[in-house]
Amino acid sequence: MSYFIQQIVYGLSAGSIYALIALGYTMVYGIVKLINFAHGEVLMMGAYFTIFGIISFNIPIILALPISMVLCALLGMFIDRVAYKPLRNAPRISALITALGVSMFLSNFFKLLFGAEKRKMPDFPALKGGYVFGDVTIPYKAILTLVLTLVCLITLQIIVRKTKVGRAMRAVSEDKQAAQLMGVNVDLTISITFAIGSALAAVGGVLYAINYSQIFPTMGTLTGLKAFVAAVLGGIGILPGAMFGGFLIGIVENLTKGYGAGGWSNAVVFGILIIVLLVKPEGIFGKNTREKV
Amino acid sequence: MKKRVEYLITTGGLTVLYLVIMLLIVVGVLNGYYVGVIIAIGINIIVASSLNLATGFLGQLALGHAGFMAIGAYGAAHLGKYLMAVLVMPDFIKGIIVLVSCLLFGGILAAIAGLLIGIPSLRLRGDYLGIVTLGFGEIIRISIFNIEAIGGARTVLGIPKLVGITQIFILVAIVLAALYLLVRSRHGRAIISIREDEIAAEAVGVPTTFYKVYGFAISAFFAGIAGGTLAFYQGLIDPKKFTFMFSVEIFIIVVLGGMGSFTGTVIAAILLGVMNELLHAVDNWRMVIYAVVLIAMMIFRPKGLMGTYEFSLVKVVKDYIAKRKNQKTT
Repeated sequence: MSYFIQQIVYGLSAGSIYALIALGYTMVYGIVKLINFAHGEVLMMGAYFTIFGIISFNIPIILALPISMVLCALLGMFIDRVAYKPLRNAPRISALITALGVSMFLSNFFKLLFGAEKRKMPDFPALKGGYVFGDVTIPYKAILTLVLTLVCLITLQIIVRKTKVGRAMRAVSEDKQAAQLMGVNVDLTISITFAIGSALAAVGGVLYAINYSQIFPTMGTLTGLKAFVAAVLGGIGILPGAMFGGFLIGIVENLTKGYGAGGWSNAVVFGILIIVLLVKPEGIFGKNTREKV
Repeated sequence: MKKRVEYLITTGGLTVLYLVIMLLIVVGVLNGYYVGVIIAIGINIIVASSLNLATGFLGQLALGHAGFMAIGAYGAAHLGKYLMAVLVMPDFIKGIIVLVSCLLFGGILAAIAGLLIGIPSLRLRGDYLGIVTLGFGEIIRISIFNIEAIGGARTVLGIPKLVGITQIFILVAIVLAALYLLVRSRHGRAIISIREDEIAAEAVGVPTTFYKVYGFAISAFFAGIAGGTLAFYQGLIDPKKFTFMFSVEIFIIVVLGGMGSFTGTVIAAILLGVMNELLHAVDNWRMVIYAVVLIAMMIFRPKGLMGTYEFSLVKVVKDYIAKRKNQKTT
C-alpha cells in the first residue's frame, strides 16, 4: 500500500509538470485553434536558458527562472509573429504543418548548437531528501514542483478571470470577429496568450530538469506531446481540465512504471487518449459544442 | 481517344522508362550504390503517395505513417519467412507468390490498424487525427520493442531478399496507378469534396465519416505495402527506423511535392532522396534545413511544388496530336 502511495506522490510531481505545459497548449488552442507543436521546444529552451544562467553566469536559480520565463515569453511571441501570424486565415492544416516545422527547427537547431548528448542539471543541496511518513517519502523536489504549479495555476486563473487582459482573451477565444468589433486588440491578445503559455512552459522545463536532473534538445518533444494529451483529456480550452489531465497522465505514467511495465508507459498514455476520444471526445471537463456553419 | 489506347500509351511510356533504367545499369552508368538510392526513393514514393491520399486529398493531418509501415514490414516479414520455409516449388515462382501474398498481408494488417484508429478519431472534426495517429505510431513502436514474439528491440534478420529494381519499378507503377484511378473515381471525388468543405459535402449527401475512414484505411494499406517492400529489399528490419521523425520525413515529401498531386510526390521523393545522399556529410544540418523549407513553403507557397497538377503522358500525346491537326488545317 505504501508503495502505491509512493508512486502516487511521484505521479503528482510528474503530473504537475505536464499540467503546466498543458495549460500553455490549451490556452493557445482555445484562442487560435492551433496545436502549437513548438510548445514542447519552448519548454526545452526554458530549461536550457536556466541552466546557462546558473552555470555560465552564476545566477542563483531564484533569479535564473524568472529571466528564462521572460526570455521564453518573448520567444513565444516571436514564434507567433514570424510563423503563425502570416497563416492566421490560411487553412488549418497549413498552420499545423508550420507548427510542426517550428518544432523540428528548434529541437534540431539546439542539437546543432549544443550537441545531442544529455547535460546534467546542477544539484541543489537544499532540495535533497524529503519528509518521511512511515514508508512513504515525499521528496522536497515534489513539494517544490507541486507548490510552484499551484501558484502558477492560481495566478493564471486570476489573470484570466479578473483582469482586463483575461477578459479580452476569453472574448477572442469565444468569437474573434465580435471581439474585434468591441474594440479588443486581437493581435495583442494572441501575443499575450503565447507569452503567458511560453512562460509557463519555461517553469515546466525547469521543474523537469530539477526532477530528472538532466536536459537534452529533444526533451520537449515527447513531454510536450504527453502534455497535449493531458490537455485533450481534460477538455481542450478549459484550464482546470488541463490541470486535471496533467495530474492524471503523471499518475498513470508512474503507476505503469512502478509496477514493472516501464517500457509501456507512453503506449498507455496514448491508449488512454484514444479511449477518451472514443467515449467522450470533448474531454472529461468539456462541454459539447456544435460547429457553426 | 479510346480508354484502351490511353492505357496502352501509359504502359508504353512506363516500359520505355524501365528499359532506359535497365540500359543505364547494364552500361554501368548506374552502379549498385545508385540502384540502392533509386530503390529507397521508390519505397518513399509508395509511402508518401499513400500519405498524400490521407493528407492531400482527404485533408486530414496524419503523422503516424511510420507506424503503418512498421506493421506492414513485420507482418510481411514473418509471413515471408514462414512461407519460404513451407512452400515447395521452383524458386522463381515461389519468390513471386511469396512477395505478392506477403505484401498484401502486410497491407491488410496495416489497413485494419487504420480502421481501428480511424473510426474513433475521424468522427471528430478538427485536428485530433494528427495527434491520435502520432500517438498510435508511438504505440506501435513501443509494442514492437516490448513484445519479443514480434521482434523485440533487436533487428529482425533472415528475411528473404525478394525486391530488386524490377520489382520496385512494378510496385511503384501499380501503387501510383491504383491511387490515381481511385482519386479520379466516384469515391475519389467524394474524398476530395471532404477536403474542400466537409459541411458542404455532408449537405449534398456524401457520407463524410465513411469516406474519411475509407480513405484513411486505403492510405494505411499502401503504407503497409511500402513497409513490406522495405523489409523484402533490405532483408532485415531495424525497429529503430520507425520513429516519429521518419513519419515527419514522409510528411515533408508530401508537403513539398504538393498536397493533392502524385506527380509532386514523385518529384519531391526523388529530390529529397538525392538531397539526403548529398547532405549525408552534414546530417545535423539536414533536419534544420528541412524544417526551414517546411515553414517557408507553408508561408510563401502553401500548395507545394506542383499544387494539384498531375503529369499525364496521355495528355501530352493528345496535345501533340491536336497541335498537328491545327497546323494542317491552317
